[in-house]
Amino acid sequence: MIGDFRFRNSKLSRKILIIIFEIMLITYAVLILYPLMNMILSSFKTTREIFKNPYALPETWNFNNYVEVWGRGGFGGYFFNSFILTFFSIGAVLLFGSMASFGIARYKYKLAIPVYLIFLAGIMLPLKAAIIPLFLLVRQMNLMDTRLALILIFTAMSLPSTVFILAGFMRTIPGDFEDAARIDGCNDFGIYRRIIMPLTTPSIALVTIYNAVPVWNDFFFPLVFLQSDKLKPLPLGMSVFFGQYQISWHLLFASLSIAILPMLALYMFMSKYFIRGMTAGAIK
Amino acid sequence: MRNNVKQSLWILFFVLPGLLIVLVFIIVPLFMSMFNSMFSWVSINRDQWVGFENFLKIFTQYPYKDRFFNAIGNNVQWFTTTMLVQNLLGLLFGYLLYKRIAGANIFQRIFFIPVLFSIVAVGFLWSLYLNPNMGIVNKLLTDVGLNDLTRAWLGDEKLATPSIIMVNMWRWVGFPTLVFYAGFNAVPEKVIEAAYMEGVGEWRLFRSFLFPLIIPSITIITVLTLIGSLNVFEQIYTMTGLEGGPYFSTDTLGTLFYRTAFGSVDSGQPEIGIGSAIAVVIYVLTFGISAISIVGLRKKEVEL
Repeated sequence: MIGDFRFRNSKLSRKILIIIFEIMLITYAVLILYPLMNMILSSFKTTREIFKNPYALPETWNFNNYVEVWGRGGFGGYFFNSFILTFFSIGAVLLFGSMASFGIARYKYKLAIPVYLIFLAGIMLPLKAAIIPLFLLVRQMNLMDTRLALILIFTAMSLPSTVFILAGFMRTIPGDFEDAARIDGCNDFGIYRRIIMPLTTPSIALVTIYNAVPVWNDFFFPLVFLQSDKLKPLPLGMSVFFGQYQISWHLLFASLSIAILPMLALYMFMSKYFIRGMTAGAIK
Repeated sequence: MRNNVKQSLWILFFVLPGLLIVLVFIIVPLFMSMFNSMFSWVSINRDQWVGFENFLKIFTQYPYKDRFFNAIGNNVQWFTTTMLVQNLLGLLFGYLLYKRIAGANIFQRIFFIPVLFSIVAVGFLWSLYLNPNMGIVNKLLTDVGLNDLTRAWLGDEKLATPSIIMVNMWRWVGFPTLVFYAGFNAVPEKVIEAAYMEGVGEWRLFRSFLFPLIIPSITIITVLTLIGSLNVFEQIYTMTGLEGGPYFSTDTLGTLFYRTAFGSVDSGQPEIGIGSAIAVVIYVLTFGISAISIVGLRKKEVEL
């Protein structure tokens, strides 16, 4: 494209500028990658080795750290819990969110805009600030220390942005298909399921990533609502683990690697989706 | 007529489940917070109507006042530092990616990696690296002969908040980078071509053409930074603890609110009335400021 920063054919002053920029970018890339690499290397060492040779490769590759963290450290269970919470929350969000979007975007009625605005208000209301009434509510519903309480709250947390993105998209679908299907005797649910949803698939993929990452990473709500260790998801389990194993740095690094590496692996295969998904709310 | 009823029922069927969840878990708690803030509380039971007394307490009475203004001051520091360092860096990086500088694709992917990690994992990772005796940061400084620069990063009242903000930036720079990158790419190529034809220099092109055209991206990043700065919690919890140590120097509205709601600010008892008043302040700040910015954004968009 015109005006690109190409090194060749540039004037000297511009060449110098490009070199300075490249140095900045490379420095920042190293600043991101090195701490991750060091974390992975440290996770195979002994605590003594981490302090003595922090930059070196491990003397022996100690896979036992992982076995210990996964088993005795309880990370196997934490991982499972995170998965269950994310799976059911996102399932509910996609179902109820797409249905609500359909009900808002594909019908003409007076209340459509107020209903839409109620969903939108949720985008700007920080749910953390509502923790006192939520706490009292969950106690009253007898849902303290259950997964269901968290799934409901995560669903509520994710619905507003989901409706914002999906309703916006569904509005752009022309009505012709719908009319044709209606003539063929398709009822409203059939139109939602067979016509609109298949056309909405690309947006569904974005919404899934946009919501699943924060739910998978959430710490605050599990902290408030869960007491049993056997229900805790990864971030909360990690804070328990860090309290118990303060001086066993090799295990701490192994636990961090267990929490971070799966996300990194997924990202390597689907970085485009992740980048588009995570920025979906901020970029049109 | 029958058709109308049928259609209403279908709409209800589609909208109701989601609407109920949002009403019960987001909208009602908002009004409950306002309502609760007007009462005095005994443990978790509503007691007497006290009007605005809880607000008066957090604005004027020891120790609430001191904690509250200390915390909000730190939130302001979060916002200003993040805007000035993280978002300016994001703007520069986004611009360089847009200019297809060598390696742009790889940089884009690398910068976005930590955005996906949980704040908790990032906070704990860096609390190990920033450990004054055993952490790799001080170790590295010592090994390259910069002993004078080693610090108790999270243990020094003056340094603790900036250190945590830096860690948070490490995690998040990729986000504004990508948003600005997309903003630059949305600028019509004709504008750029015309400017080059006129012989406009690179800096003037940026200042007078590109910058005004990416104002929507700037507004979005500003609003998100505001919301993020008001919601800081996990960063403090993992790196300096719920008390916002050392000596409250890293305390924020989020941690103060949590301690007030679940006990330990003054007496160790939960103070629901005061906590709800703090929640209302957080609501007003977040909702008010983002509403203003979004209205502002609309206006700017029309100008485009």
